[in-house]
Amino acid sequence: MSIKEIFNNMEYGPSSENSSAAMQWLKDKKNTFDHYINGQWQQPQAKEYFDSQNPANLEVLAKVAQGNEKDVDSAVKAAGAAQAQWQKLGGHARAKYLYALARQLQKHSRLFAVLETLDNGKPIRESRDIDMPLVARHFYHHAGWAQLMDSEFPGYQPLGVVGQIIPWNFPLLMLAWKVAPALAMGNTVILKPAEFTSATAVLFAQICDEINLPKGVFNLILGDGTAGQAIVEHQDIAKIAFTGSTSVGRIIRKATAGTGKKVSLELGGKSAFIVFEDADLDSVVEGVVDAIWFNQGQVCCAGSRLLMQESIAEKLTKKLTERMNKLVVGDSLCKSIDMGAIIDPTQLAIIKKMVALGVSEGATLHQPKEPVPDNGCYYPPTLMTNVEPASTVAQQEIFGPVLVAMTFRTPAEAVQIANNSRYGLAASVWSENINLALDVAPKIKAGAIWINCTNMFDASCGFGGYRESGFGREGGKEGLYEYIQESWLAKLSAPVKKTAKPKAKTSNADIANIDRTPKLYIGGKQARPDSGYSLPVFDAAGTQIAEVPDGSRKDVRNAVEAANKASPWTSATAHNRAQVLYFIAENLDARAEEFAKRIVQLTGKSIADAKKEIELSISRIFTSAAWADKYEGQIHSPPQRIVTLAMKEAVGNIAIVAPEEAGFLGMISTIMPAIAMGNRVIFVPSSQTALLATDFYQILNTSDLPGGVINIITGDRDVLTDTLAKHYDIDGFWYWGSEEGSKSVEFEAAATMKRTWVNYGKQYDWFDDKQIGSDLFLRKSVEIKNIWVPYGA
Amino acid sequence: MKNKDIKTAVAGKSALQKNTNNDLRNPGMPLNFGFINGININRSAVERRAATIGKRRTVKKQHQAAWLLKAITFIDLTTLSGDDTPGKVRRLCQKAKQPVRQDLLEALNATELNITTGAVCVYHNMISTAVESLKGTDIPIAAVSTGFPAGQSPHNIKLLEIEASVSEGAAEIDIVISRDKVLTGDWQGIYDEVKDFRDACKDAHIKTILATGELGTLTNVAKASWVCMMAGADFIKTSTGKEPVNATLPVSLVMVRAIREYYELTGIAIGYKPAGGIQTAKQAIEYMILMKEELGNEWLDPHLFRFGASSLLGDIERQLEHFVTGSYSASYRHAIS
Repeated sequence: MSIKEIFNNMEYGPSSENSSAAMQWLKDKKNTFDHYINGQWQQPQAKEYFDSQNPANLEVLAKVAQGNEKDVDSAVKAAGAAQAQWQKLGGHARAKYLYALARQLQKHSRLFAVLETLDNGKPIRESRDIDMPLVARHFYHHAGWAQLMDSEFPGYQPLGVVGQIIPWNFPLLMLAWKVAPALAMGNTVILKPAEFTSATAVLFAQICDEINLPKGVFNLILGDGTAGQAIVEHQDIAKIAFTGSTSVGRIIRKATAGTGKKVSLELGGKSAFIVFEDADLDSVVEGVVDAIWFNQGQVCCAGSRLLMQESIAEKLTKKLTERMNKLVVGDSLCKSIDMGAIIDPTQLAIIKKMVALGVSEGATLHQPKEPVPDNGCYYPPTLMTNVEPASTVAQQEIFGPVLVAMTFRTPAEAVQIANNSRYGLAASVWSENINLALDVAPKIKAGAIWINCTNMFDASCGFGGYRESGFGREGGKEGLYEYIQESWLAKLSAPVKKTAKPKAKTSNADIANIDRTPKLYIGGKQARPDSGYSLPVFDAAGTQIAEVPDGSRKDVRNAVEAANKASPWTSATAHNRAQVLYFIAENLDARAEEFAKRIVQLTGKSIADAKKEIELSISRIFTSAAWADKYEGQIHSPPQRIVTLAMKEAVGNIAIVAPEEAGFLGMISTIMPAIAMGNRVIFVPSSQTALLATDFYQILNTSDLPGGVINIITGDRDVLTDTLAKHYDIDGFWYWGSEEGSKSVEFEAAATMKRTWVNYGKQYDWFDDKQIGSDLFLRKSVEIKNIWVPYGA
Repeated sequence: MKNKDIKTAVAGKSALQKNTNNDLRNPGMPLNFGFINGININRSAVERRAATIGKRRTVKKQHQAAWLLKAITFIDLTTLSGDDTPGKVRRLCQKAKQPVRQDLLEALNATELNITTGAVCVYHNMISTAVESLKGTDIPIAAVSTGFPAGQSPHNIKLLEIEASVSEGAAEIDIVISRDKVLTGDWQGIYDEVKDFRDACKDAHIKTILATGELGTLTNVAKASWVCMMAGADFIKTSTGKEPVNATLPVSLVMVRAIREYYELTGIAIGYKPAGGIQTAKQAIEYMILMKEELGNEWLDPHLFRFGASSLLGDIERQLEHFVTGSYSASYRHAIS
């Protein structure tokens, strides 16, 4: 085109990023990617490879090693051998390595960016301007955490060898999110990238080599899901960190159930993008572009559900459709595009199918007039209106550049629709009214809330889901807990003490001594069991002294409903919750004598020991009350003009199956931190001390505790555990009991991604304040939500 | 209060004008407080968008050369100094007529494009010299007015100044609004003064300088843009070049979005002039990308887009020579203004 022509038509013209350096790197690798194990490039033991292509033109970039159990095993051995020394090096030495990695990533940032774009299809602008700076920042930030580990985490230790399985949408960024904190905290790593995108992980391994990272500290296993499975199933791996689909996350949760492997899962989403009528609508439009047309919409936290206040819906829809017409879809290396290629033809087919389904269910389709290129995996930016919460496309994740739009009338309805989802990864809230925005943000069940912005990430801010979007956080101090453990917890080895079941004496002679009928405690009221059956309670000598209800499924159902109704407890001020706890302690103290006698009766302990147990219980209630308004959130400082509020929120409904051997103290020690943090509890007491639990609700009744905050169901532990673990409306599950019980809790929890905490059949020392009084109990009681608040007059 | 009411306010006219051409002057509309008060601009979000304007699009090689030639046609080649003399202004006008070395234009095969700057921009006292110098060309003369740059003169004197400049031969009048009125929320005051200025301009086009660096917030920038357009501005312009902060991309984004919405409501295309601080070819291209992306190619036209700049042209010339020769240029190789 001549200059005169361009002068008149003012077109942008071609502007392709030069890929020759990346192509040369591939050539130097003989277009073959091998595993990197123990500091060496290693061919797959089965000698199998598969092709990996550039989605922008469907040309093969490289053949990729297919890992199997043997490859994984040799990597785990290498990582295991390296771990102790890596840990022993100390925080400062590890900080220097992480710092070196950050520097090296920056030195080769363009090679990484171009390679990422070739491999993944994302626009070069995004890999260059977004992914790479975040990656380097992640290593810098975590170099700092390595340096500070000893001072900031006394009493903690690394987990050991961690297995990390990452997705294809942000290959290098997800690597950074996984690898940096793991290495900083003294773990060694087996990383498996997604089979579509191995290139930048291979280049990263090369950089580890270049900075002389000790052998075996970072190991790279390539391959598809079968290699991932081998990592998940390897018995010497202490932790699995996974980012990917909810369905695979569920498989991993089930596969690791009961093994004691720590698991963090960052899964799917259907995040709400809420626009109130006072928002800056032109900025909202660009927010939508960044929410759903970023990385071709292949973002787990993409704002894929647009919720518009009805008053501005028409105007905003018009602005959006006009903006879409200006979005350019094209070759990923082109510097003048907004969207590149979809990862793979299989994903493209899924997107097309979902959109067709949406249309068949009545949605109106909006797409730009310009067709997309036909020589690669391209899909246009898409908006669907006339979508309602009941539409399939409003519920299911599409993982493509497809936005569905709905309307709402009031802030409360916006929250309701936003939360009408199994997922809970992120949300955006757009309003110029700080009162409105800061009211809505905490009400949305999601781990990241972006006020007047979207898809913001930083190493200093935790990211992760609520509900079926998974659990665990990445980034920030909160993310580091995924890669360390309390040293005392790591050392637990003794199995749970068996509590001898007293043999029933034949006679019911003492039954006349029963002065009251213990009932279930549900919604603040005593309730008869639905079953109409009771179970005997024996004293230490084996004499039946009472009967407690045999709770069942229906009682669990009722208890959960009561817990839901007690949600004002969660929104009550921490000060008020503390007051109630102190009141409980006060009332227990008044009846200490009676409770101590009951302990003696049920357990055969001496009265002195029983009194000590009551005393300690009262102290534990005080501790929880004390923490109620002091276990505070943090304010993170990402490198923009933004404050990020890392708020600690109650998990919700927590089922607690009490430690059988820990009696009254076990009950108090587990319930109190949970309710202090605002959770509602469904509590299954130990069978030996069930009568203490039913005695205890009289104290609760006199302590101003709202009904439904603590619900007590006596009965067969195993039956109740199973019902609770399968209940969809329970958010957290704490279980102390057998190995098998622990396993089944983790297994069943996979269906709804409950946050589980189990003891794997190990014995805690319930009298040790270092264990039981530790902030572990508080940490398990909260979810951390990061609310991003940009500011600027 | 909403768009519908505004639409009604300009009904008839807008329907007539929408499908004609962009030369139709802005008739303005009654000041609509409801609309002005509803404006909310989110600074952080605006800055994020502005930061990617030059990252999402780029022009290379001959496209860059063509865009830079186009950029020259947008320049209001400006001298606004206390020591301006007729000699200085003659030099400026000559540069406006011949902004690029002839051999470069030939190498670019662009002589036929008859590239000149968009206008020359001077103080009132220099208008007659400029008229003389630019005789026989189509280059309009813009005069800054109304107590430029601070605007702290009596209103009737401002009107007289405009009338004097128009009668001297200025085709464009760059007025300054009273910033104190913005800062005290006196939108009616702004509206009234601009309407008066517009009347005083008669056939001369009126560019309203908001002095955005002195308005405090982007929301004020947007509101002032709207009030000026409602009062009949042909162009809205960022700055005098004398404020501590002059044209920026975020400010520009806010102003061109106002222009876009005004066009959607009325069918009237208002021009945009960022001024001050635009010194490099790269910056100029970023602004042009902004115009193309936010408003469309129609605004890549001197009728609707100008740069208020004095040193920009020199950098563009150097970049053009680099394109032609492949070697980086030096400023002394290009004529000064």
